[in-house]
Amino acid sequence: MTEQNPAGISAETLIRLSAAQLADKLAAGEVTAVEATQAYLDRIAAVDGQVNAFLHVNAEEALAVAAEVDAIRAAGGAEAEALHYLAGVPIAVKDLIVTIGQPTTAGSKILEGWHSPYDATVVERLRAAKMPILGKTNLDEFAMGSSTEHSAYGPTRNPWDLDRIPGGSGGGSAAAVAAFEAPLALGTDTGGSIRQPGAVTGTVGVKPTYGSVSRYGAIAMASSLDQIGPVTRTVLDSALLHQVIGGHDPRDSTSLPEPLADLVAAAKTGNVEGLRIGIIKELHGEGYQAGVENRFNDALELLKEAGAEIVEVSCPNFQYALGAYYLIMPSEASSNLAKFDGVRYGLRVLPEEGPMTIERVMGATRAAGFGDEVKRRIILGTYALSAGYYDAYYGSAQKVRTLVQRDFDAAFTQADVLISPTAPTTAFPLGEKLDDPLAMYLNDVATIPANLAGVPGLSLPGGLADEDGLPVGIQLLAPAREDARLYRVGAVLESLLEAKWGGPLLAQAPDLAAAGTLETQEAK
Amino acid sequence: MSTDEILSFEEAMEKYDPVLGFEVHVELNTKTKMFSSAPNVFGDEPNTNVNEVDLGMPGVLPVVNKTAIESSIKIGLALNCKIAESCRFARKQYFYPDTPKNFQTSQYDEPIAYDGYLDVELEDGTVFRVEIERAHMEEDAGKLTHMGGATGRIQGADFSLVDYNRAGVPLVEIVTKPIEGAGSRAPELAKAYVAAVREIVKNLGVSDAKMERGNVRCDANVSLRPHGRERFGIRSETKNVNSLRAVEHAVRYEIQRHAAVLDSGAPVIQETRHWHEDTRTTTSGRAKSDADDYRYFPEPDLVPVVASREWVEELRATLPEPPAERRKRLKADWGYSDLEFRDVVNAGVLDEIEETIAAGASASVARKWWMGEIVGRAKAADVDPGQLGVEPATIVELAQMVEAGKINNKMATQVLDGVLAGEGTPAEIVDKRGLAVVSDDGPLLEAIDAALAAQPGVADKIRAGKVQAIGAIVGGVMKATRGQADAGRVKELILEKLGVTV
Repeated sequence: MTEQNPAGISAETLIRLSAAQLADKLAAGEVTAVEATQAYLDRIAAVDGQVNAFLHVNAEEALAVAAEVDAIRAAGGAEAEALHYLAGVPIAVKDLIVTIGQPTTAGSKILEGWHSPYDATVVERLRAAKMPILGKTNLDEFAMGSSTEHSAYGPTRNPWDLDRIPGGSGGGSAAAVAAFEAPLALGTDTGGSIRQPGAVTGTVGVKPTYGSVSRYGAIAMASSLDQIGPVTRTVLDSALLHQVIGGHDPRDSTSLPEPLADLVAAAKTGNVEGLRIGIIKELHGEGYQAGVENRFNDALELLKEAGAEIVEVSCPNFQYALGAYYLIMPSEASSNLAKFDGVRYGLRVLPEEGPMTIERVMGATRAAGFGDEVKRRIILGTYALSAGYYDAYYGSAQKVRTLVQRDFDAAFTQADVLISPTAPTTAFPLGEKLDDPLAMYLNDVATIPANLAGVPGLSLPGGLADEDGLPVGIQLLAPAREDARLYRVGAVLESLLEAKWGGPLLAQAPDLAAAGTLETQEAK
Repeated sequence: MSTDEILSFEEAMEKYDPVLGFEVHVELNTKTKMFSSAPNVFGDEPNTNVNEVDLGMPGVLPVVNKTAIESSIKIGLALNCKIAESCRFARKQYFYPDTPKNFQTSQYDEPIAYDGYLDVELEDGTVFRVEIERAHMEEDAGKLTHMGGATGRIQGADFSLVDYNRAGVPLVEIVTKPIEGAGSRAPELAKAYVAAVREIVKNLGVSDAKMERGNVRCDANVSLRPHGRERFGIRSETKNVNSLRAVEHAVRYEIQRHAAVLDSGAPVIQETRHWHEDTRTTTSGRAKSDADDYRYFPEPDLVPVVASREWVEELRATLPEPPAERRKRLKADWGYSDLEFRDVVNAGVLDEIEETIAAGASASVARKWWMGEIVGRAKAADVDPGQLGVEPATIVELAQMVEAGKINNKMATQVLDGVLAGEGTPAEIVDKRGLAVVSDDGPLLEAIDAALAAQPGVADKIRAGKVQAIGAIVGGVMKATRGQADAGRVKELILEKLGVTV
């Protein structure tokens, strides 16, 4: 990493630029896309042995795309003019999203070695914007988990403390961005899988309004809850990425028909004056770590100083949200995961003894291919949908879902945006909750209501907890289709906080490259 | 395969009252599949008309085919159903390798069409009203071929091949309410009902409606109860009865089988039955109970189908003439008697005659050919008349040749046989076989003289005004010329010779 670009920007500096800053420098010709992409690939090679954020590194193709962008820029003319603002800015993709040319595993043995014959819509849009794809990031198997410990390919570690979890399921995407292995990443959020990892790694994560981003090509966990979204280091970067991947897709019937609002403009013109910001009574206080609560209160104070009106709202049915979620999600997941049976693709395991019938091959394949958490949810969901139990479980959960939506509707008559801590605690040590599913599920208590109601949520760094010095996340929630509000408020809060810290929170993270405790591995 | 005891149909009818129910699956002829953009085409190389959606690849999502919705609404309207303003799909979950997602996307408790009826006309003109419970949309499964076993079923097979071309083909399943009161006409009603459904979907243009290709497939439910009892007996469901005659036979057989079971004092087992065309019997399939747990739940990847009243009315306005009204019109247009027309309908050649008339034949000529020649040949070949392969143009050509005096009727039927044997067009066959009416008067006059000499009294009868006696002489001439004479010309020459004018 000794090569220097004309502007004299070192690779160390390059990888710490936000996506917007990098895009500006690419456009100005201060750095090339190949330099930037190579700097990230070098960073991955240097630190991912410690972090394990990537399941696959896509060096060759990423460099080829970067070179193409550089060539177009160098040639000038109409084609250069037409380049997307983010052209040449690299990105990592959660390995739940299918890509041509790279394996897609969903973090599961059952898809080990599988290559998708098609690209997800969001991947098509990244390619159209000519953004080099650095690789595929680690996750809890089929996105089922809150710690990335349920990956069949080993846990991802939190760059703030390698003995702690990076959140989940999208721990790989969050850790990659936090460890400066990528400026941007894609995640998926079914109950908090973008926002909670964002909170515990000091990064920004957005779950867009349900239907704002096409789900085509995101391997479904719970169809009515899943949503793809940005994982970044700044609010503006999230808006930029959301603008690339969002908008109607005829291949996803649940995608919203109307065009996206100008999210980037919202992030650039942040303003909270006169805005009513609602504290959700049920989403803080008891059960929330003191340091989390303190940082939350700091954020409220700053917003108030900036001219926002802080109000308190009550969402009484949120207390049932977690229970409803753990019926609806496994029900849909049990159905969505039925297709993994060894017949058409992926792993096929033959029974060791006894007759070789199709049922037994399917059974042996699923027994060997799925991990415990996946099996747990398939069993829960199968039970909840069974005749005689449907009304009591799935049916009741859907009623709760409606009540949660009504709570949101009522809250949004009193406040323009709602606010809460993103997660009740900071990152916990690896292994701590692995044997206690209920404790693990409680991580998502503050993020789940947004998925049940389909409303958008954004998590941004709120500072470090007093007791452990680990990142705390602040969650903003807006009414469905009002994603722009999140960017408007988020950008203000971010700038107030960074002014207080004297720079981005991630600047305070330990330097992984200097740690050198683990052997640097070659790019996988 | 064990053979079940059966009672004679008459005895079964004396003791029991049959109740029927039908599930008819209609494959729609949309360009693309129910939920994907892959082509909906029959008969291509296996696994060529598939994309990632049909194969249930990870990450894929379904998108509803709008034409399939339109077709379903049209079917619902033609069956006098109510059309749901909003309805959803559901997932019917079971693991089977012909179902790529291991669930079938189908409508469950929210069918697009419900509460209708169909008036079915029996052979003697009796009209029987069949109540329709629902018509709902779903996707077809792939096709499994079990290799290596003796029976072609999965049991005993060495391996199975799967063709997903059919996976995702749009289906409409039409479900009747229990059909009571058909009595001994139950088998006939079964056939007439399925024929009527097939006719409707064909007439709507929403399905190719070819039963031999599986475009229309029938599951027939049969139960018996003693006369006078209200409660239904336990039913069997005979799956995939895929020809009209088979529907009739299967219902008849099941009535006879149920009657024997009931007579023996044993309970009828609620199960599916397989139909065997070769033996015209059914065998036990799998036990089926109402408690089969498919874990239905609303398909979360699809938004509800909303059929606005304006749209429904627009579609209603495009519906073609209903088959019953069409029959009324055609009967009047063609001038057939009640009996002639009913024979045509029962022979199943209404469409064929209409097409033949459209191709240029007169109504009487078309009827004469189809009813007089083709229906009989079809019966002998054990196929439907339409399947024999006679083109309307062939009949028109034959009729024109006869009219022009090139060949006579007897020759024309020989030419028809030639066409069916694949020898070529009528003109080619006439040419090849050297068929031509003898119209040179010389040989005819010789033959007439010979015939008059052979039957001396006939000439006097004709002279005395009994012109119909001429048939004997014409017959003699035709015999002498091996049928090659133009009978009309022969008649003219005889009358001329005897100096008789008529």
